[in-house]
Parts: sequence; C-alpha cells; structure tokens
Amino acid sequence: MDSTRFSRVARPGEAALSLLVFCLIACFLLFVTIPVASLFLRITPEAFLSSLQQPAVVDALRLSLVTASVSTAVVVLLGTPLSYVNARVRYRGREIVDTLTDLPIVLPPAVAGIALLMAFGRRGVVGEFLDGLGITVAFTTLAVILAQIFVASPFYIRQARASFEAVDQLYEDAARTLGASRLAVLLRVSIPIARSGLVSGAILSFARALGEFGATIMFAGNFQGRTQTMPLAIYTTMQGDLNDAISIAIVLVVISFAVILAVKYTTRRTA
Amino acid sequence: MMLSMRAAKQLRDYELDVSLSVGPGETLILIGENGAGKSTVLNLASGLLAPDRGEIALAGRVLYSDAQWIDVPVEDRNIGHVFQSYALFPHLSVFENVAFGLRCRKVPAGEIAALVTGELKRMHLSDLADVNVGRLSGGQRQRVALARALAVKPGLLLLDEPLAAVDVRAQAQMRRELRETIRTTGIPCIIVTHALRDALELGDKICVMEEGRVVQTGTPDEVLASGERGFIAHFSCGCGRNRG
Repeated sequence: MDSTRFSRVARPGEAALSLLVFCLIACFLLFVTIPVASLFLRITPEAFLSSLQQPAVVDALRLSLVTASVSTAVVVLLGTPLSYVNARVRYRGREIVDTLTDLPIVLPPAVAGIALLMAFGRRGVVGEFLDGLGITVAFTTLAVILAQIFVASPFYIRQARASFEAVDQLYEDAARTLGASRLAVLLRVSIPIARSGLVSGAILSFARALGEFGATIMFAGNFQGRTQTMPLAIYTTMQGDLNDAISIAIVLVVISFAVILAVKYTTRRTA
Repeated sequence: MMLSMRAAKQLRDYELDVSLSVGPGETLILIGENGAGKSTVLNLASGLLAPDRGEIALAGRVLYSDAQWIDVPVEDRNIGHVFQSYALFPHLSVFENVAFGLRCRKVPAGEIAALVTGELKRMHLSDLADVNVGRLSGGQRQRVALARALAVKPGLLLLDEPLAAVDVRAQAQMRRELRETIRTTGIPCIIVTHALRDALELGDKICVMEEGRVVQTGTPDEVLASGERGFIAHFSCGCGRNRG
C-alpha cells in the first residue's frame, strides 16, 4: 500500500477505515504470536535444558526426526514420478488419481488413524494377510511412518505437480532431440528446473509428518522410544512435568520457523 | 537424397500435407506466413509430432512409416532441432548446454571436454563457457543453441526462425555466420523463416508453404523471378528491398 497517497487523500471516512484495518491486523498478529511467545515466557533456560535431557524427550526427538525423514524420503521417491506423470500425461482417470492423492489433506487425522488401523491392523484387510507372514504393522515404528506418509504425501505431490507443470515443455522437447530418453529428460532437465518447488514441497511434507498426532496415536499407539513422537510426547508429558511438554513444544516451534524460512528461501532464490 | 519426407497430418484448421527432400549438404528453406505449418513440418521431421500417415527417411534409414509401423523415438533420430526461442536449459551453463547431447550418449568425460571446447571455439563462445545462459544476448543464445545441436553431429539440422530473436542490427552478421557454419559442417538443413532475405541468402532451395501445402518450390533465383506473379509477392520480405 502506498502510504503517501493515504495521507494526501485523508478523508475522515478513509482514515477510520485504515485505522480499523490496522487494528484488525494487529489483533490477528497478537493472537498468533502471544501463545507462541508464552511458551518461551513460561520456562527458564535451565529448566528447558534439563528437560531436553529427559529420556522421554530425547527418545521423542530422535524418533520424530528419524520417522519424519524416512516418510519424507518415501513420499519424495514415490511422489515425484507420480506427480510428473500427472503433470505431463493425459490419461483416463487422471482426475480421479489427483482427487485421491489430495484426500488426506481434507480427511480428519482421526479418520486416517482408524482407516489405517482397519487396513493394517492385525485383523485389518491387509493386516490379516501380513500377520500370516509374521509381519505386524500396527503399534510399531513402521505404523508411525505409514501414518506420516498418509497425511503428509499430498503436501509434496500437489507442490511437485504444480512445479512440473511450470516447466516449459520445450525444454523437454529440446532434450529429447538431443538424445535424452524420457527418464533422462526427467532426471537431467525437469527435476533440476523444478527443483526449488520440489524442495519446498518436501520441506512442507516433512513439517506435516513431524507434527502428525491424531493418526499416529490411533494407529501406532503411544509407546516411548517406539511410537511416541514429539507431538505425542507433549500430550503425555503434559500430564506429568509441564516443563518437558513446553521444552518439546519449543523445539517444534524452532523447527517450524526453520521450515518457513527454508521454504521462503528455496522458492525465492530461483523465482 | 539425404532426407525424404512425405507426411500428412490433420491440424486444427487444415490438413497439412507435404512432401519434400533435402540433398547432402543442401539447405532447404520453408517460407510462408504465420500458421502455414512450417514449424509443424520440423516437429514431424524430428519426431516431436507423429504424422497421421506418410514416410520419413534420413540417409536411407526409415524414421517413420505408417505402412511399415515404424516410428523411431525422438531421442534416437539424431536430428538437431534448434527452436525459435532456442530452449536453452536455464539450469545449466553454456558449456553444459553444449555438452548435454554428448552426456546423453555416455561419451567419456575427457572426450566431452575436448568436443565441447572445440565447438565453443568455432562458435566464438569460449569466453562464455561458464556463464549461465540467462545472461546471454539473443545472438549469443542463438550460437549456443546451434553449438548444442551440432555437438552431437546430427544427420539433419532443423532451424526454426533462427534469426527471429536476434537484434535487428546484428542480423546481417548472424546470417553470414550461420550460412558459413552450415556450409562448413555440410549437414543437410531445413530452415523455417518468414523473412525473404533469410530465404534468399541461406537457401539452396526454397519451398513456399501455404495452409499446410508446399505451393512453390525452386532455387532462390527461380522463386524470386516468379515473385511478381507467385505467392511470394503477398508477404513482406522484411528486407527493405522495394520490389514491384
């Protein structure tokens, strides 16, 4: 907005309107920042550091970082070809595939949790078969990863598809006339050109996996060291030592800020 | 004949139906108004588009034939295609753009370095090897695109409006350089243009296209001689030559 023009036009009605808008923005910013700031105000640095050494906190941190990294890697490996095909190839049922890949975004996590349980639980549709092979999925670390993949994949796939669509097809045509196979075109041209979008999609997907709570607690349970990720640990430790819960929350806030900055940085640099 | 091509394809507004041939070391010009189907002919030759029917053969090798169910994929045709906008890879340096085709062919790294360096030198691009292509002028981009297409020693060179994105003042010199490059490589070549001056200076043979058909074929002199009556009289030559 051009502030000089505002002051020049300063009619009473407009001045009141801009004051109202200002108040609205200020209120909203306070509403978002006060709770986050309160986390930092309600704990001393010493308590924060000692909480970070609690076994439950350390386990949750490690488990969260490992599972979120694995699930992001799986999402990127499977989601990249899928989103590329959906960006470039017109086939029957493409709309259906697009809608289904988006579904976890609008599905409540609790629904995702019970759905996964019905599929992969010991008596589940797939789980029964896996159980016969001696494979248990529900209430294991694998279940944590599956829940994260389920809820986080749309964040990557949507972004990746949009990024691939933004790559001018002429570059791919040029690459093919130069002798690049379709796979080489993807690896040498499309992915590098779409890279910043892909990276920011992966970061968002990682952040969503890290924050996953509802589906995890229903499908994987809440076992320290095996399925108790950071959000679950906040919920559990809150009932005992509040400082531990706040400490984990602060770690997640820091990671969230890092995520926002990382996405901004990667999308701006090549934009 | 190096290239013989007979291809028909239904386009949105008309059916494209051309048959043309290019001899060894010969440069064929496709000239005509916008939308006459010139670029489509290039896409059919390089395989980016498939004809509905016809046959395309390059140096005795059938690239497309509906009768024989042959459609060689784009990447196996070894045809250099320089696009109007050049389509230089924005994420790669000048050197890597020129090296692209060689890397796809799994040429050893040492050989690539030598070949690309030679190609860059020939095109007066040596100083720009490490520059990102986003920083180049129109003329430089054109030379990089040409070097990239020539680096793989293609059997046929397709140039789509090669001088359109070049600054008007630099066009005369670029045209001379382009003609020299094509002559020295000896690669048969099809050039699409809508400027008569390009056609006359670069072409051994000119095909005038109109709504998907070749309406006139001849040497530059023949086409020019028929200029007053023929189709060529219709469109501006863009060369400031006042004819008629």
